[in-house]
Amino acid sequence: MRIWTRGGALFAAASAIVLIAGCGSSGGSASSGTSGGGGATQGLTPPQAGTAVPASVGQTEGHLNLIAWEGYAQPQWVKPFQQATGCQVSTKYAGSSSEMVSLMANGGGGQYDLVSASGDADLRLIYGGDVKPININLMPSWKNFHPFLQSPPFNTIGGKHYGISLQFGPNVLLYSKSAFPSAPTSWSVLYNKKYAGQVTVPNNPIQIADAALYLSKTQPGLGITDPYELTQSQFNAAVNLLKQQKPLIKKYWDLASQEISLFSSGTTVVGAAWPYQTNTLVADHQKVADTIPAQGATGWADTWMLATKAPHPNCAYKWMQWATTPKVQAQQAVYFGETPANKLACPIMDQIQKGSCAAYHANAPESYYQTIKFWKTPLAQCGNGKNDCVPFQQWVSAWTQITG
Amino acid sequence: MTSTVAQGGRPGGEPASSRHAGGVPGGGSARLAAALWRRAWLRATLTLTPPLAWFLVIYLASLVVMLVTAFWSVNPFTNTLVHTWTLSNFRQLFTSTYLIIIGRTVGMAALVTVTDAVLAFPFAYYMARLASNRGRQLLFTAVLLPLWASYIARVYAWIVILQKGGTLSWSFQKLGLGAVNIGYTNTAMWLVFSYIWLPFMIVPVYAALERIPDSLLEASGDLGAHNWRTLRSVLLPLALPGVVAGSIFTFSLTLGDFITPLLVGGANSNFIGNVIYSNLGTAGNLPFAAALAVVPIVIMVFYLLGARLLGAFESL
Repeated sequence: MRIWTRGGALFAAASAIVLIAGCGSSGGSASSGTSGGGGATQGLTPPQAGTAVPASVGQTEGHLNLIAWEGYAQPQWVKPFQQATGCQVSTKYAGSSSEMVSLMANGGGGQYDLVSASGDADLRLIYGGDVKPININLMPSWKNFHPFLQSPPFNTIGGKHYGISLQFGPNVLLYSKSAFPSAPTSWSVLYNKKYAGQVTVPNNPIQIADAALYLSKTQPGLGITDPYELTQSQFNAAVNLLKQQKPLIKKYWDLASQEISLFSSGTTVVGAAWPYQTNTLVADHQKVADTIPAQGATGWADTWMLATKAPHPNCAYKWMQWATTPKVQAQQAVYFGETPANKLACPIMDQIQKGSCAAYHANAPESYYQTIKFWKTPLAQCGNGKNDCVPFQQWVSAWTQITG
Repeated sequence: MTSTVAQGGRPGGEPASSRHAGGVPGGGSARLAAALWRRAWLRATLTLTPPLAWFLVIYLASLVVMLVTAFWSVNPFTNTLVHTWTLSNFRQLFTSTYLIIIGRTVGMAALVTVTDAVLAFPFAYYMARLASNRGRQLLFTAVLLPLWASYIARVYAWIVILQKGGTLSWSFQKLGLGAVNIGYTNTAMWLVFSYIWLPFMIVPVYAALERIPDSLLEASGDLGAHNWRTLRSVLLPLALPGVVAGSIFTFSLTLGDFITPLLVGGANSNFIGNVIYSNLGTAGNLPFAAALAVVPIVIMVFYLLGARLLGAFESL
């Protein structure tokens, strides 16, 4: 069930946005100096960009209040933290990115210190002024991160870090080895009539981005550069592809456990999945494997972000340091079924559960991670300040049409 | 309408002495009880206020808020509510996508209701009129026992039964009937819904059948009616209100469900509830979700009116 919570979190996430659009009209082109964060944020400065960061971590306050995904504050790494720092941890579990954003309203309301936000919530929190920059030099583990997670555009704006990356995971192509003696090299197998009635994909509007990613490589004429920023015609092409796919679908899965049972019973032979499903199935001696095809994949990434009105900032810094140490990174990765940001976590993962480092691609070359298009909420306002992209709401109604 | 509440919160107090306490100088509570006893309207007001306030504030007010929301819209840029009146949400309801989903939901609710009525009638008849006392108790326990287990657990059990290579398919193969693969289809949904809501049909039908006096059936026989004729002309008409009462449960419960479609449905299994859920949780489009939520309300209003005409509420 924790995986389901996670699913709700990740994919169901995001009632879209955005102060960004609101700021867009008033912020205008006067502000400058922002970079990264994608087209949606060009020309804007986060409200807390000028907030000073501490030079060192001071006396701890004795308490720490977290907003987290379920499974992100387990006793096995919270208890040692409390003993080491004297910070008593209270955790509020959130069920979706929207819930996280509303809990963090008004800078955490002077109640919450940190939130484990996903990529789709990050920009809303940053541009809403609910989180403030941190001093990345106080994070000793940061230099051991995978380079793409050190200053990713979803949590680092204009060189300022609004938190520290935590864990991530790709959405992979899961296949049965008996149906595919060698790994499929293209997402096209999900659209191939040969597998009619044996395909399963997540029941979520974000699947449109997966179709768009596939089209961006197979139909370059559409001009898709970012699967989350689609013009109406690009969007329609992706939706049409998914409508053609529908007769092939056995089930649109809502829970990771559903996909696991679909594959272990042999009902489906190919589908879109998380590494968690693959690893659970493999541990159960099922003949399945996963791959990231030539077109690349979508994925998620989480960040511990510091509330603007955090009442216990020193405990919060201690927690960010603690959560990114190799051991805690490994514990969380194995417990939750995701990939740690810290490269040094790999050998410890293998100690906890043999082979888990490779299973979750924690030791993959940098080129592997470059194939992942990280999740962000589709906005009407996309590249170049144009407002001609399809917003998330329409993704949801199109998804209802597709799955009907 | 007892006055337990009005008696200063002394349930099981001594109503007899209170009644005579009018002129007796006593404690404050006794005086209060006396005052309340003399003023029936005050007693009634005090007794009725909590449930009425609950009904008005919690139930009706929330419904009204939802109805009002249905006439608003959401700004596509900021995702904030736009408080201008519009019918666009309702217009969107009448597009083929949503009409199909509404049709599927209502159709399934009707099918499940008919299935349960057909299954429940002979069962309830046996329980009410043929079984011994002990047998009746056993059967009642059997009917109600599934309600002790969680809804989710029971639905999951059906996934195991129905999926490819599952219990059902295995049994059919052993019997030489070939493999069946109905997991994740609308057929699976129909089976699971019929199973889950069956107790809600059996109990009211049983209550209706039990109330029919034996003398009516004997009279029917004395007048020369065969069993079949007695069933058709005596039993069925008298049991109908019970069937209709049961159907209110099976119909409305199916109409509002979204977990069974999510768990056992296939690629064509979206219910009204699923679309409401995704518009609320994923899209943050509260107005459209509210407009969609009006649909089952309207359907149930008509259903209940029809049920009242058939006398369903007499056996509730």
